[in-house]
Amino acid sequence: MTRSRLLPLAGFALTAVALFAVAPAVLSDFRLSLLARYLCFAIVAVGIALAWGRGGMLTLGQGLFFGLGGYAMAMHLKLADAGPDGLPDFMLLYGTGGELPWWWEPFRSPVFALAAVLVLPMTLAALIGFLVFRRRVRGAYFAILSQALAAAFALLLIGQQATTGGTNGLTNFQGFFGFALADPLNKRMVYFVIAAALLAVLLITRQLFHSRYGELLVAVRDSEERVRFLGYDPALVKLAAYTVSAGMAGLAGALFVPAVGIISPALIGIVPSIQFVIGAAIGGRASLAGAALGAIAVAWAQTTLSEEFPAAWTYFQAGLFIAVIAFLPGGLASLRHHLTRRRTRATRPRPPTGTPAAEGAPA
Amino acid sequence: MTAPTASTAPAPPADPAALAVRDLRVTFDGFTAVDGVDLDVAPGDLRFLIGPNGAGKTTLVDAVTGLAPATGSVRFAGRELLGRPVHRIARLGIGRTFQTATVFEQLTVLQNLDIAAGAGRSVTTLLRRRRHLPEAVAAALETTALTAHRDRLAGTLAHGRKQWLEIGMLLVQDVRLLLLDEPVAGMSHPEREATGELLHRIAADRTVVVIEHDMDFLRSFARSVTVLHAGRVLSEGTVEQVRADPRVQEVYLGEPALTAPAGGEA
Ligand SMILES: Nc1ncnc2c1ncn2[C@@H]1O[C@H](COP(=O)(O)OP(=O)(O)O)[C@@H](O)[C@H]1O
Ligand SMILES: [Mg+2]
Repeated sequence: MTRSRLLPLAGFALTAVALFAVAPAVLSDFRLSLLARYLCFAIVAVGIALAWGRGGMLTLGQGLFFGLGGYAMAMHLKLADAGPDGLPDFMLLYGTGGELPWWWEPFRSPVFALAAVLVLPMTLAALIGFLVFRRRVRGAYFAILSQALAAAFALLLIGQQATTGGTNGLTNFQGFFGFALADPLNKRMVYFVIAAALLAVLLITRQLFHSRYGELLVAVRDSEERVRFLGYDPALVKLAAYTVSAGMAGLAGALFVPAVGIISPALIGIVPSIQFVIGAAIGGRASLAGAALGAIAVAWAQTTLSEEFPAAWTYFQAGLFIAVIAFLPGGLASLRHHLTRRRTRATRPRPPTGTPAAEGAPA
Repeated sequence: MTAPTASTAPAPPADPAALAVRDLRVTFDGFTAVDGVDLDVAPGDLRFLIGPNGAGKTTLVDAVTGLAPATGSVRFAGRELLGRPVHRIARLGIGRTFQTATVFEQLTVLQNLDIAAGAGRSVTTLLRRRRHLPEAVAAALETTALTAHRDRLAGTLAHGRKQWLEIGMLLVQDVRLLLLDEPVAGMSHPEREATGELLHRIAADRTVVVIEHDMDFLRSFARSVTVLHAGRVLSEGTVEQVRADPRVQEVYLGEPALTAPAGGEA
């Protein structure tokens, strides 16, 4: 009992030490900024662990929410760079008639932009969830629908070149809330912000996993119909997890912008959306550590391997994904579980047998 | 009568847990599985619903619990049930089990019961851990003899225990009407006896409807019996009255095999 409480705490302490002390000490600025990028993917993966691992919703379109958070942040940074009444540089190039589109205007406010990072994706997810879960769309249909929405969003951005930067996306950010991004020290600060965000997201999700809501979510995943007969509306249970996972993706997208210096349709469409899921699947979608580490590992492997074998990497990644889904649906995190179960099976005493009447007190 | 009823409709002062079914009809693609059933079950009754395979027993329970769309009227404690979504009907105090035991296999026995007890929980309660065992859950663990198994995954339970767990879930759900679809199917004789006694105790302050094929079980535990055949009520009364009914003997009891072929599919 105490061990099951202490172990995860130790895990968090270890993660914190690794993120805040070890990584900044041993990694070069360049490597650390790469790690910052991977940690953003890990934040998305934690949300996927909640919605897919616990809730059974295969969120194949998290790029949509990642993108909303990312663009909300990027729009603010562009406007802050341009100064009061200034226009973002790309708009001067493509020409919007010297006018800032009305929907850009509120993003001048840092408070509005920061709120939008969470509120936009979560509101949209709640809306989608409301329409979709009530109609009992699930399984592959839900996955395909999510993906179609991510693709549609990317296409929409590409089509609106003059106001969204089109295929190029938004890039060339000078400052981040008053800190010059060219300064390596400030880049490190961005890394620390991201590491802290990941830790916070892990803690929140862990609390959700172990709450009564977390148990209810598993029940809905396993038998939605049965939950209904107990007086719950499973649509609301799923909606909550989906919305929270969208908020995490939005946060990750927003942090990705100062860390990497760009947000563009290519970073939020179908392919990145699938890649978000692959990391969680390989690491273990039902396990927080598994999903987060899986996302980091896959992103790292992609940077390393795709440089040397750009074509082979795609096939390798797809093969790995299929192998894990087919042979180890719980991902690498479930290996430990498989091993311990095999060990305890032989030693567990037979449970006592009894009937309700023999042992039961009056109802 | 079949229009969705506003959930705010005031409850007429009626029997607290009486079930009244009137002219209930369920049709699947032109095939009528339940064909104008009238059924009254009084509070405290332990009603057995019998009939050959395909008679429409499960479909009747599906209609009462909101799973199968139906016409006619189903009133419980004076409220119309038809047209309400499944989870709202459940919240009115109606629970059911399924022909094949349906529990949350990936959760422990304790978690299964705790979820069944919690449909009215607030968001803040839901977001916290379970600090201590709810009293109703502890009592249900005792009643169903599952205390020793509380931390086992429900999926690893033996068949009979899963069925008890389902009944335990109804107990903590604190329903006033229990609809049990073949709860003792596949149980050993002592397990059946134990379940029957449990049902008797439960029925003392609730209304229980049991679908069952087993004649010995019926004789030992039924307080009243309704015989369904081809979607209609064939006979109703005490066990003796029903057994003496020549129509029942013809379609059901007279045949050596109790699982007679369906009349409804003809
Ligand atoms: N979802 C369904 N679609 C079509 N026919 C159904 C459906 N459910 C039940 N039936 C038919 O309705 C009849 C009654 O079924 P059921 O209520 O399960 O019988 P019982 O429980 O008495 O054995 C059967 O003939 C069955 O084939
Ligand atoms: Mg049946």
